[in-house]
Amino acid sequence: MLLAVGSLAVIGATLGSVLGIAARYLAVESDPLEKDLQELLPGSQCGQCGYVGCGQAAVALAKGEAPVTLCIPGGKAVAEKLAKRLGMAADLSGHKDAEPVYAVIDESKCIGCLRCLNECSTDAIIGAPKQIHTVLVDNCHGCSKCYNTCPTLAVSMNKINVNLNDWHWQKPKLRTKRTKH
Amino acid sequence: MKTFHVEGGIHPEYRKERTQENAIVALPMPKILCLPLKQHAGAPAEPVVSSGKRVKKGDLLAKPQGAVSAPIHAPTSGTVVDITDMTAPHPSGLAQKTIVLRPDGKDEWGALPPPIENPFAADPAEIDARVGWAGIVGLGGAAFPSAIKFGLRSKKPDILVLNGAECEPYLTCDDRIMQEHADEVVDGARIMAHALGVSQILIAIETNKPAAIVAMTVAAAGYPAVVVMPIPVQYPMGSEKHLTKAVTGRETPAGKMTADIGVVVHNVATARAVREAVRFGWPLISRVITLSGAGLTRGMNIKVPLGTMVVDLIEFCGGFKDGIAPQRLISGGPMMGHPLPSLDVPVIKGTCGILALTKAEINEQPAGPCIRCGGCVSVCPCGLVPLEMAAFIRHDNLEQAEQIGVRDCVSCGSCSYICPSHIPLVQYFNYAKGKLNAADRDHRKQERLKGLVEGRMARMEKQRKAKAEAAATAAAAKKAQAAATAAAAAAAGTATAAAPPTETPKASA
Ligand code: SF4
Ligand code: SF4
Repeated sequence: MLLAVGSLAVIGATLGSVLGIAARYLAVESDPLEKDLQELLPGSQCGQCGYVGCGQAAVALAKGEAPVTLCIPGGKAVAEKLAKRLGMAADLSGHKDAEPVYAVIDESKCIGCLRCLNECSTDAIIGAPKQIHTVLVDNCHGCSKCYNTCPTLAVSMNKINVNLNDWHWQKPKLRTKRTKH
Repeated sequence: MKTFHVEGGIHPEYRKERTQENAIVALPMPKILCLPLKQHAGAPAEPVVSSGKRVKKGDLLAKPQGAVSAPIHAPTSGTVVDITDMTAPHPSGLAQKTIVLRPDGKDEWGALPPPIENPFAADPAEIDARVGWAGIVGLGGAAFPSAIKFGLRSKKPDILVLNGAECEPYLTCDDRIMQEHADEVVDGARIMAHALGVSQILIAIETNKPAAIVAMTVAAAGYPAVVVMPIPVQYPMGSEKHLTKAVTGRETPAGKMTADIGVVVHNVATARAVREAVRFGWPLISRVITLSGAGLTRGMNIKVPLGTMVVDLIEFCGGFKDGIAPQRLISGGPMMGHPLPSLDVPVIKGTCGILALTKAEINEQPAGPCIRCGGCVSVCPCGLVPLEMAAFIRHDNLEQAEQIGVRDCVSCGSCSYICPSHIPLVQYFNYAKGKLNAADRDHRKQERLKGLVEGRMARMEKQRKAKAEAAATAAAAKKAQAAATAAAAAAAGTATAAAPPTETPKASA
């Protein structure tokens, strides 16, 4: 027992100090640009941009390796902010926002395998092993990870319809007097 | 009493003569009533009845849901035939859950709460509760639940302003209510003042309603705390902040409410509804609305059960003039009302008028370039610079439009009205405000999702650590056991009497 306690303590202390020293000497100065860019990204770590998470996407943006339009859920609004921070003039007039979607699980196909649940970065899926899962619509950010992982194709991505609370007037279309110059 | 000058505003053609002299008539009970679950600002109500249920007049059909909401009661006795998605009386034309009630023609009251015998001795909280129960909302059009406004008592207001300005062209329903039911309005206002704990009531009426001013002055005569104040005819005088300025001289800072400067504003029709809820235990199940516009055979002021279809009302007014569909069908006034998606939509609590306007009344023309005449700047009652805001919005620069105050715009439409180039200014601002609010909602959702992601990551990290620790302990235990066995073997080998390791700690303690 003494031996066990002693050896564990030694292992702990050694590893701890190694980590501590490593942290001090190998620390990477975090780039303020990267930090700012990361702040502008949604932070939901959905990975739809092709990077593991928003942090990695910010690094790529800072290096100029990724276009400002990379963030699909962020849409035009985020693209504009990123371009502004990067001091770029991006022409986003042709950029269409992706239609927001949410996941729905077909209960007749769900086998309760937990795979989608493990993929979901916002804990929007509830369920237990061998039990049918459901998606909490309010928490779903439409990243499609569950859709891509479901072995029985039980997940579908549905369009979010505008309701009375979300609706707003569209920009007026100008009917001008002069059609030709 | 002295009134105060209010900057800006316009003097449109009021066209009230069409209905100003027409006494309120009650609509015969329609064959069908459709009651949308959201007739008020806030969350939709939640049905407590299902299809097939027989109800009596005044029975609860849907209960409020969430902090800002209002219940819906049966406007008459009959049978709930369906709860289904129907086109809402909303410019979007989107569908909304609606309770469909088929009246049985008996108009039998159900069980009602007892009248509050002496409201002026009642606990204000009792009046709040009654008004909340009755589902009363601001009947001037905004449809904000009135009981919540009573809660402004906590801000210790000192003046209740009763809004009888009715500054929108065409509308005359408040005018008629004041002419025909002045005593009830004054009584309602006094009950409201008691509930709010204020001592002074100012009833503001534009001078283009002389009959209403006379009737209200007579009704208020016995009460020194109630003062009727004729105010200049100037659109948008009925806007809360501007009305407050006109009768009290107090300016509401941008981004604040009138209650922050001690003033609560209620509409005259709301005061009457409050009286009925308190004195008789009646919920809000009908309202008075104006039907007008040159597109109608005759203009009328009608007392309508909530849920009445617009098509039935038009028929009651003799149909469209010469059977020709009007150029535009509007719910509310011509300045701040909104187009209706069809005739098959119901009257809801916030509907103050239905206008059938002809081409000649609208004067719609294609937009020209801004000539920088400054007209819009001089009429804006909020002191904004519409031409600049519109220019920013046109170039999708909402951020800058926000900086110069587009969110303070009350959408009165004065700028659009005055603009010689017919630029759809207020339409730009409605769009911008909607879009900015949507961005706010997105941002809030995003923040919430971020929180969820962070929570999940923290949990994963903890799990991973716990696993690693468990593995390390298991490994160490194994090692220790191996060492112990080795030691035991060694001890046995040298034949030295050594205490078993397990007992050592005790011995040393
Ligand atoms: S900017 Fe807004 S508040 Fe000002 S006049 Fe135009 S609509 Fe009215
Ligand atoms: S009223 Fe119209 S034309 Fe005149 S400055 Fe304003 S936007 Fe320009």
